[in-house]
Amino acid sequence: MPYTLKPDQGITPDSDNINYLSDHIDTGDRWVLNFGPQHPATHTTLRLVLELDGERIARCTPHIGYLHSGFEKLGEHLDYNQYVTIVSRMNYLSPVANDICWHHAVESLFGIDITPRCKVLRTIMAELARIQDHLLCIGAAGLDIGAFTAFLYSFNPRERIYDIMDYISGQRFHPDWTRVGGLMQDLPDEAVFKRMVKSFIHDDLPQALKDVEGLVCRNRIFMDRTQGIGVFTREEAIAWSLSGPIARGSGVRRDLRKDEPYLCYADNWDNEGAEAVKFSVPLAYEGDAYCRFLVRVEEIKQSIGIIDQLIDRIPGGPIDTFADSKMVKPNKKDVYGSIEGLIQHFELIMTNRGWEPPIAESYGANETANGELGYYIVSDGGKVPWRVKTRPPSFINYAVVAKMIEGHLLSDIVAVIGSINVVAAELDR
Amino acid sequence: MTNKPAVPTLDHPTFKRVKAAFPGEKFRGTEFRGQSTLVVEPGALHRVMTFLRDECGYNFLSDVVGIDYLNYPAEMPGRFAVAYILCNYDTDDRFFIKVFLDPSIPTDGIEEDPALYLDSVTDLWPGAEWPEREVFDMFGIRFRNHPDLRRILTWEAYPAHPLRKDYPLRGRGEREDYRIVDRTSS
Repeated sequence: MPYTLKPDQGITPDSDNINYLSDHIDTGDRWVLNFGPQHPATHTTLRLVLELDGERIARCTPHIGYLHSGFEKLGEHLDYNQYVTIVSRMNYLSPVANDICWHHAVESLFGIDITPRCKVLRTIMAELARIQDHLLCIGAAGLDIGAFTAFLYSFNPRERIYDIMDYISGQRFHPDWTRVGGLMQDLPDEAVFKRMVKSFIHDDLPQALKDVEGLVCRNRIFMDRTQGIGVFTREEAIAWSLSGPIARGSGVRRDLRKDEPYLCYADNWDNEGAEAVKFSVPLAYEGDAYCRFLVRVEEIKQSIGIIDQLIDRIPGGPIDTFADSKMVKPNKKDVYGSIEGLIQHFELIMTNRGWEPPIAESYGANETANGELGYYIVSDGGKVPWRVKTRPPSFINYAVVAKMIEGHLLSDIVAVIGSINVVAAELDR
Repeated sequence: MTNKPAVPTLDHPTFKRVKAAFPGEKFRGTEFRGQSTLVVEPGALHRVMTFLRDECGYNFLSDVVGIDYLNYPAEMPGRFAVAYILCNYDTDDRFFIKVFLDPSIPTDGIEEDPALYLDSVTDLWPGAEWPEREVFDMFGIRFRNHPDLRRILTWEAYPAHPLRKDYPLRGRGEREDYRIVDRTSS
């Protein structure tokens, strides 16, 4: 298949400032290496066409789309509850964060304010999802450059999160847990849920973090492999639309949880004057792969703090807004136990009925583990959206991979890709 | 809840600033639940975007969204739209820019349509490179001065722009008819 490359402009002068590369001169000789799409370090299917000068990368052309499955086309044919099963499969490292973001966007289009209980549960799960994603990323960052043990230590506690997902939704991997204006079901047993979450954030996770940090954070080999690699300055990070830990690793102070607060990150989330959860936004300023790693480790600790503030404050009351809104599917108890519930269920589910949202467009975004995840929803007033555009953080963040690795050595690719934490299912959709 | 959105309140300060800076241009504004959208003529897009970035502080381009309004129930100024989601990091303010385009040839093929052209904003925000490629891939809207305008999610020889509304959900047999390469083929 023909493809055109950008003209070869020589190895970028910026990279000449990197000490260990200063003795490499640009010989002008090029050879081409195909990296991926099937390679253990590409984290599923990425393909890079590399033009190399010896072992040094002169040009890199990423080719994506190997996992493209038309998610956005499917979104135009599935209703507002059904599409959650698709968004769940975008970032499969933290699926529940996608569910929460999708219904956050839908609810801002519909104008639904969810109940305090639902907000707290969603916030706890969103933070667990962030931990889940970061744990894999910091583990894989080590694994890709040879620190296998750290990967095992960080992967192990993810299993506890899967147990929690399994408990609340019946599915460990893709919970598809949120619904318009609520959740698929209330907690089966609140005490058991609390016990599981507490034992995870107080016992399993701190121990695993301690192990990983001890193995990797001040490890001379790890630092040499990641410091000064894939450097992005603050200005570049903003210009290239980067978000999440990559931007914060470059010193961009931006976190949607603080800047456009939603759920329990906003003040007065229970309409009775509750304060927003307290946490700090970790920043690092070097902008290299090592900084992104440190930001992620610190974000896990902040997430533990957020869950800790909320886990004993789960309010009572309903989990969905069925009673106030005609746009919310009632839970099964109401469907079988009350005439209103049965009618509303019928009105939303029957094939000739459905949601009647306003004819409008709206954008809703959440801060997920990889950055700003957003959904731009165009509604035609019918039961299915007219257009759903995802703002996938992996896609936007991965666009800079060529710029990050040009000038580096071949072996630095895995360090850079690992630090970007690109998820191909979200990248290609 | 009614099907009709409330009357938009067009009091976003950026509307006034843009209107004052471009007295000769035609603009439209809409607003929905606090999100303000400015509809710009295609010819003025690049100048307005430069103004928004340099004078109004919208330093972050969040995403570029392609939309096809074929047979949309509400009246729209054009068949296709491209929406830009801008963000001001100092004030945490979001602002939406929208451009409408009408095709001049049938839209079921991949022929280059001179009417479906926009100025690229990659010189203002380099991060627009991939989102614009995605809009081109999915809707066939091309961008002038784009550094590398190729298809991004589908393959180079894909015979359609799949997110157009006249493209069927199950495709037109591209998957079934795709050439299979094995050891016996030459």
